[in-house]
Amino acid sequence: MNKVVELDQAIEKVHDGMTIMIGGFLGVGAPLKCIEKIVEKGVKNLTLISVVNAHPFAKGKFDLAPLFVNGQVKKFITSHNGTCPEAVELARRGEVEIEFFPMGTWIEKVRAGGAGLGGILTPTGIDTMVEEGKQKLHINGRDYLLELPLRAEIAFIKGYRADRMGNVEYRRVAMNSNTTVATAADYVVAEVNEIVAVGEIEPERVGTPSVFVKAVVQGYSFPEHQEKFKELWISGGILKA
Amino acid sequence: MDFREMIARRAALELKDGEVVNLGFGMPMAVANFIPEDIEVILQSENGCLVFGPTPKLGEQDADTANSGSMPITLKQGASLFDIFTSFGIIRGGHVDTAILGALEVDQNGSIANWSMPGRSPGMGGAMDLVAGARKIVAILQHNDKQGESKILKECTLPLTGKAAVDVIITDKAVFHVTSGGLVLKEIISGLTADDIRAITKADFTVASDLCEYQG
Repeated sequence: MNKVVELDQAIEKVHDGMTIMIGGFLGVGAPLKCIEKIVEKGVKNLTLISVVNAHPFAKGKFDLAPLFVNGQVKKFITSHNGTCPEAVELARRGEVEIEFFPMGTWIEKVRAGGAGLGGILTPTGIDTMVEEGKQKLHINGRDYLLELPLRAEIAFIKGYRADRMGNVEYRRVAMNSNTTVATAADYVVAEVNEIVAVGEIEPERVGTPSVFVKAVVQGYSFPEHQEKFKELWISGGILKA
Repeated sequence: MDFREMIARRAALELKDGEVVNLGFGMPMAVANFIPEDIEVILQSENGCLVFGPTPKLGEQDADTANSGSMPITLKQGASLFDIFTSFGIIRGGHVDTAILGALEVDQNGSIANWSMPGRSPGMGGAMDLVAGARKIVAILQHNDKQGESKILKECTLPLTGKAAVDVIITDKAVFHVTSGGLVLKEIISGLTADDIRAITKADFTVASDLCEYQG
């Protein structure tokens, strides 16, 4: 069994009009090389599903921002769009449809989508616009909204290391939405900093068991990855050179 | 001291020793820098960690160690890491004692709006889940907008993040408690009177019998 493929092979699966889920949180834990390739391929009319948008320091060039700058996204399903001024402006002009869910609801919808559940009940959003168009149930004295599962045709996640079987190991807070996103698409591509031999990742350290992953691709090396974020944070003035 | 630091310093005084605390996106994140030295709180970051510390110096940063604004942080001893699914179990499941949220508007019922403006919706992120799950909600905001209009209203005009959800309101001029009887003015910055606050606040409020000077 060998799930390791070249980046171009994984991106061959991406077409116009697809529903794509991308892991990561404001760039941390985002599959940066895969995103760059999707941008380069120029696929359009995408329904993009990601927990939040690009890093506030992206300046249109980093993480998810170029997908919006290039007008490749038709619809964005997320909990927060405000960190990407380009996406905010496209939304204002009606050129991108944004569908908002509270973050806790977004993650549960994706979990339900990957776990074979028919939906979830959450009290989040009661008495707000989030209620609109949804079934409300009163159970044991509290109101809940019925939220439905969310799935994608293809998902791109980012881990620290993976093996050819598709086991993925995560590092620090780069785990974030990746573990859940990894379960909820028909075809899941895992981008990692290092591809290692089977047996190298301790079983307890596997964050995404191999069964969820269809393809493993080499992303930025670990030193390159560290350098990218160092430069990003210096560029925004949060780290002083 | 700019208004952001002033509000952050005052908000930090709401935290009690041993509490699990979530600092919302934006202005609340600065509160982490002003936590009193004599208390220990467990800071939770919604993107997946507990027990984090201040911004690292250049050279000490790590690409995979960041807060909910994706700015670099350090982890303290006793820190734990988890995914967003677990994070929102912590938040929605009642395991957070105090959440400090930025606000565009609050009203005299304790409702808060902070996720959508006409033509420009940043999105709610984790704010609505915090409203649903945290035991105490502290709303922080400037008292008046750039045109001098009160942001403390009789009724929120913007889409709500939470209805009747806030317990304490902290501005750059005053501190209010939200009670079943309405807003109660508890603290004012020195140099202002309760009448001065009335003149700049649209919401109705009563004045606490133990009204005192803005702390911190």
